[in-house]
Amino acid sequence: MNIEQLTAWVTALVPDQKPGVSKQFAECIVPAGQLHQLCKDLRDNRNTQMDYLFCETAVDRKDGFHMVYHMKSTILQHTLVIRVILTDKINPEVVSVSDLWHGAEFFEREIFDLFGIRFTNHPDLRRLFLEEDWVGYPLRKDYKDSFTLER
Amino acid sequence: MYDFAPFIDSYTSYLNAHFSPFWAGLISMVSLGVALLLFYAVLGLYLVYAERKVCAQMQNRMGPNRVGPMGLFQTIADLIKLLLKELIYIRNADSFLFNIAPFIVIVASIMAIGSIPFARGLQAVDLNIGVLYILAISSMGVIGVLIAGWASNSKYSVIGAMRSGAQVISYELSVGLALLCAITFAGSMQLSEIIASQQDGWWIFKGHIPAFVAFVIYLIAGTAETNRGPFDLAEAESELTAGFHTEYSGIKFAFFFLAEYMNMFVIAALATTLFLGGWLPFHLYNFTAFNTVMDYIPPVFWFFGKTAFVIYVMMWFKWTFPRLRIDQLLALEWKYLLPISLLNLLLISFLTLMQWHF
Amino acid sequence: MEETLLDIDLKDREEYIINMGPQHPSTHGVLRFETCLQGEMVKYIIPHCGYIHRGIEKMSESLSYPQLVHLTDRMDYLSAHMNNEAVALCVEKAMEVEVTDRVKYIRTILAELSRIASHQLWWSAFGMDLGALTTFFYGLRDRERILDIFEETTGTRLIQTFITPGGLMNDVHPNFQKRVREFVTYFRKKLPEYNQLLTGNVIFQERTKGIGYMSKEVAISYGVTGPSGRGSGFHCDIRKLAPYSAYPFVKFNEITATEGDTFARYWVRMQEMSESLDIIDQLVDNIPQGDYMLALKAIKAPKGEFYHSVETARGELGVFIVSDGGPNPARIKYRTPNFSNLFVINKIAAGHKIADLVAISGSLDLVIPDIDR
Repeated sequence: MNIEQLTAWVTALVPDQKPGVSKQFAECIVPAGQLHQLCKDLRDNRNTQMDYLFCETAVDRKDGFHMVYHMKSTILQHTLVIRVILTDKINPEVVSVSDLWHGAEFFEREIFDLFGIRFTNHPDLRRLFLEEDWVGYPLRKDYKDSFTLER
Repeated sequence: MYDFAPFIDSYTSYLNAHFSPFWAGLISMVSLGVALLLFYAVLGLYLVYAERKVCAQMQNRMGPNRVGPMGLFQTIADLIKLLLKELIYIRNADSFLFNIAPFIVIVASIMAIGSIPFARGLQAVDLNIGVLYILAISSMGVIGVLIAGWASNSKYSVIGAMRSGAQVISYELSVGLALLCAITFAGSMQLSEIIASQQDGWWIFKGHIPAFVAFVIYLIAGTAETNRGPFDLAEAESELTAGFHTEYSGIKFAFFFLAEYMNMFVIAALATTLFLGGWLPFHLYNFTAFNTVMDYIPPVFWFFGKTAFVIYVMMWFKWTFPRLRIDQLLALEWKYLLPISLLNLLLISFLTLMQWHF
Repeated sequence: MEETLLDIDLKDREEYIINMGPQHPSTHGVLRFETCLQGEMVKYIIPHCGYIHRGIEKMSESLSYPQLVHLTDRMDYLSAHMNNEAVALCVEKAMEVEVTDRVKYIRTILAELSRIASHQLWWSAFGMDLGALTTFFYGLRDRERILDIFEETTGTRLIQTFITPGGLMNDVHPNFQKRVREFVTYFRKKLPEYNQLLTGNVIFQERTKGIGYMSKEVAISYGVTGPSGRGSGFHCDIRKLAPYSAYPFVKFNEITATEGDTFARYWVRMQEMSESLDIIDQLVDNIPQGDYMLALKAIKAPKGEFYHSVETARGELGVFIVSDGGPNPARIKYRTPNFSNLFVINKIAAGHKIADLVAISGSLDLVIPDIDR
């Protein structure tokens, strides 16, 4: 499917989706509540078959944390970007997709470690790189670190 | 020609003439011990050097070449370094067992050297059960290894020691059976008599194919018994860092290291004695001129030449083969080597009974 | 109450946990496998990483775009050229510029050379993992020649920082073509030696065949890419799926295997080396003339989000740039191949022996700084 078809497909599943900024891939901004169901549909449907989540990351923007899911079908060779905006900047929380794609479990642990986004239903949500007693989440824009030089 | 017995006889008669029987016995024992220990140390060091050179040759390298001519003193320098290194004290280790383990290992290998005939008359003790003695003594080393692994209080060491135990217990069987083949041919366990029985031809040639099979099985099982590659599971540095001697340092580590090389030497020397005619020269049947020339080469050279060849083969496959896995190692012994050597022994007994060997 | 304590005690007695790493010969870097054993058998493995976490993504937020390449070198140091290329291509895609053909050719040759060098080092270390120590010197002997070529052109041997957004740091050395050609003929002769030494060995085959089976579904679900994924039949070669640089101009095969075991992953890499030689062969004689660097006023991405991935020696390296139009990226995410490749290890190594764990982690070809970033 091409970009328009994919966007239309997501619109059919989640009517209140908004188009994203990417010119490269089909991109949809969906509400956090519908994320898991949408991902499950996209993965299991014969027409989309998004079996490969190749990148999952978070971005700290002014309007909240953006969760960005890059997914791809290895059979149909199309790529889709799903974006979820978490407006709570203190205790952001989103549902985990690690039950759909195993690789997501570790992407999510990394995001939890560096952004402090909690994933509900995650099997093993621990810090991945930093020590357990590390204070703060370094990739947040408001993170203050006394050790490094501030620019 | 080149018989050492007169020298030794004259030495003992000199001692007996000048000292009381007690002192004569003591002096001869001490001088023998010192000679053996010196021989042991020098041989161990140069086996390490040889291994490094052979390994370098296999790997497109130069090997040690800085200390002394061609790096000949490299291992001596290493030994001095190891002697001066700190012996690390491990707090939760069983210190008595931890300290005694390297000595058990090294004593076992020194004692085995004692009954190996290096040349005519050059043998410390010629026991009438020489082969059995060497087998018994050399398998004492594994007790040291097990103690070392247990007493180190390190998980890697325990795994290494357990592997070593399982391995040595298994391969002991094949070593024994392979040696039994040569014993069956020679009809004696005394090493000097086994050599004497090869006066007209080595057992590897006289014993048809079964003798060759026994020799190959002995080489494989012997390598496994010394814990050398590709059977170096007890050390397995990519899995267990250094296996049973992970926690050892300084001279205690050097003891393990030296004992490994000396065990290799014992295995090779036994192979030489039982299958390759010991210190006997190589003779071609009825080719008198050739045989006379061969006789002029001293037996010591023959013995060490043959032993060096066997050691080289063992080093060769250490440096070319990957390591086996523990289950493959045990399967190799129990499913292949043991049945083959049992069958082989049966065949050899039959051959000997019918006097079909040359 | 006491019974429960006893139960816990018994349970603990059965669990024999050893820590392989952070300093362990088989992890090739500072990675720790918390390995639970039952006898010789591995029950489960918990990988612990972060020992070499340097916060490259955080640092990149305060660097300008041309400066990014200096940090990407330090991720997967064995495919430094490819890492640089990924950033360069992503920034070029954002700026909507295209480099000259000369740059494309040189980038591809360098990338393929470093792929060969990386596979050589992997082969050397893999042999060592299995206890065949001689492979190490055979592999390094030939890798030296590639590093010499790199040194002549880029000035460094390991982390070159040569490919940069807009082109190359410098033009190649006049000897470059000649020496690459020499290397290709030399290494074609030497590659069969590798197979003679290790591939054909009975013990080696016994140790690798049927060990660490990874199905295609598992590979896709965990996102295992590169030769490790292709060994399971996962067609994930970015060079074929979305050709970049000079890959559209050359003919080559995507090497895949269907067995999915350690030997399949091994064999894919061995064949990739000769495939890379073919690619270099097709390119090295036809490097077109042209500038090595585009004349750009300022290198910075416009407002927007950009993703580009390349095929490094270990799999798919994706660069995700979020830009506000400023001189620095607002957020940069590296989707590194080793990160995804690592975590499949519990799935495929549990139930095997300790020695197999070493073989399996060796066959995944992990470079630890790439996991931790």
